[in-house]
Amino acid sequence: MDTGIFQYDFIVKALLGAVFASITAGLAGTYIVSRRMVFLSGGITHSSFGGIGIGYFAGLNPVVCAAVFGIVSALGVEYLSVRQKIREDSAIGILWAFGMAIGIIFIYLTPGYSPNLMSYLFGSILTVTNADIIALGIMSLILILYFGIFYRTIIYISFDEVYARTYSSYVYFFKYLTTSLIALTIVLNIRMAGVVLVLSLLTIPPNIAMIFTRTYSKIALWSILAGFAGTTTGFLISFFAGIPVGATIIFTLVVIWVIARGVSYLLTRTGKLKRGI
Amino acid sequence: MKSLTASYGETVVLKDINFAVVENDFIGVIGPNGGGKTTLLRIILGLLKPSNGKLIFNRELLDEKSIGYLPQMSTGDINYPVTVKDIVLSGLMIRKGIISRMTLSDKLKAEKVIGELGLSDLVSSTLNELSGGQMQRVFLARAIIGDPKLLLLDEPGNFVDSSFESDFYEKLKELNKRMAILMVSHDVGTISSHIKSFACVNGNLHYHDSHEITNDDLLAYGCPIQLITHGDVPHTVLKFHN
Repeated sequence: MDTGIFQYDFIVKALLGAVFASITAGLAGTYIVSRRMVFLSGGITHSSFGGIGIGYFAGLNPVVCAAVFGIVSALGVEYLSVRQKIREDSAIGILWAFGMAIGIIFIYLTPGYSPNLMSYLFGSILTVTNADIIALGIMSLILILYFGIFYRTIIYISFDEVYARTYSSYVYFFKYLTTSLIALTIVLNIRMAGVVLVLSLLTIPPNIAMIFTRTYSKIALWSILAGFAGTTTGFLISFFAGIPVGATIIFTLVVIWVIARGVSYLLTRTGKLKRGI
Repeated sequence: MKSLTASYGETVVLKDINFAVVENDFIGVIGPNGGGKTTLLRIILGLLKPSNGKLIFNRELLDEKSIGYLPQMSTGDINYPVTVKDIVLSGLMIRKGIISRMTLSDKLKAEKVIGELGLSDLVSSTLNELSGGQMQRVFLARAIIGDPKLLLLDEPGNFVDSSFESDFYEKLKELNKRMAILMVSHDVGTISSHIKSFACVNGNLHYHDSHEITNDDLLAYGCPIQLITHGDVPHTVLKFHN
């Protein structure tokens, strides 16, 4: 067995994964952090675990099932809280636990041992397939085009939905479409970071960016760069230290966030940065 | 507006409204809370479909796209990462499609309107850095950047800081030369010195072609409102009625 080629393949895959994860998580993350949808995104993530469980049990592709679960629960929360007058946070809390419960039940019912289960919970670069990388690559392209083309429409709806409804009849369409794309992004990134950790991949980079800039487009750009710095550094550390990659990436991102806060604090105190935190 | 009725579910809020706005009107819309003032605006804006009757535009003068709207303060998220300039530019979205690019002339126009309202220094600020009065001017700029023919103001008195209040009404007077203004307010005392006529909304609508709002008018039309008098000693008179 030629370990050299195996290692080369592995590193290319990891690097591509890091690039695509940073792009998708940066764009989707900026949207959810700006719109304060972090809790909703947590709900989407955990309810998609139900899809993974059903996928295993029925012998279907777990990622596809998770995507369906994620999108349905995301739209379900928006629908329930708007139309059925259920508190949004309660609706999210219910779907969050329900998805996990479904996942656990079906994985328990699946005959035999599921070696990849841990990778869904905590992420693993080892089990990421070429198809996963291609899917993330396509998702990156879709998100870049989507946010690029509809930039103003999307941010104006998030900023002031009531006003947006006075000039556009597409407000709900765009809200639901964006939420669905966010759900897809989360599910595709679960392979990298895992159900438990993926939310931080979306929320930490924009929070790093927001320390230094306050306009949406710049936050998105800096989130992608911060995400890339965090995922590659985290990957290298996990590779050489032999520790789980998802956890290492999140740990690295939090360290970057703490350093950025420190730098911003010092710059603000010395008057070099006009608007600190 | 012709025999227009509006309702939320089973609850009828406005009944059989007949009402017209013509060029250069400056109409104050007054009435008690829950009387249907905001509903009237929502109908004009197309946010609510009338359950009966019609909203008719004289298309040569006005269409849905030439309405400017200054909402009550609560609608936008003040912590959203969007600059004053971009907020003002969103006032042009009504004429743009969903795939919208702002041209250089759009951006220059935004800067001009922002300058006219004395906010030039704040073009790149976000809302959470602004005072209440400054925010209102930003939203006023958003409402007028598209040169509307009709400007709808929803309770502008709610967040005007007193230092800007007279400037604000001065600005409205100037705008009124170019556009009709429909201003919803419960602050009868303040608006009566600025408006040209008023309409009283309480389930139905009574139009009065005078800017003097008298107690008799209010009682006759069943418009139980608090009247605030002008004078050296500010005071409030509450009338009891059935």
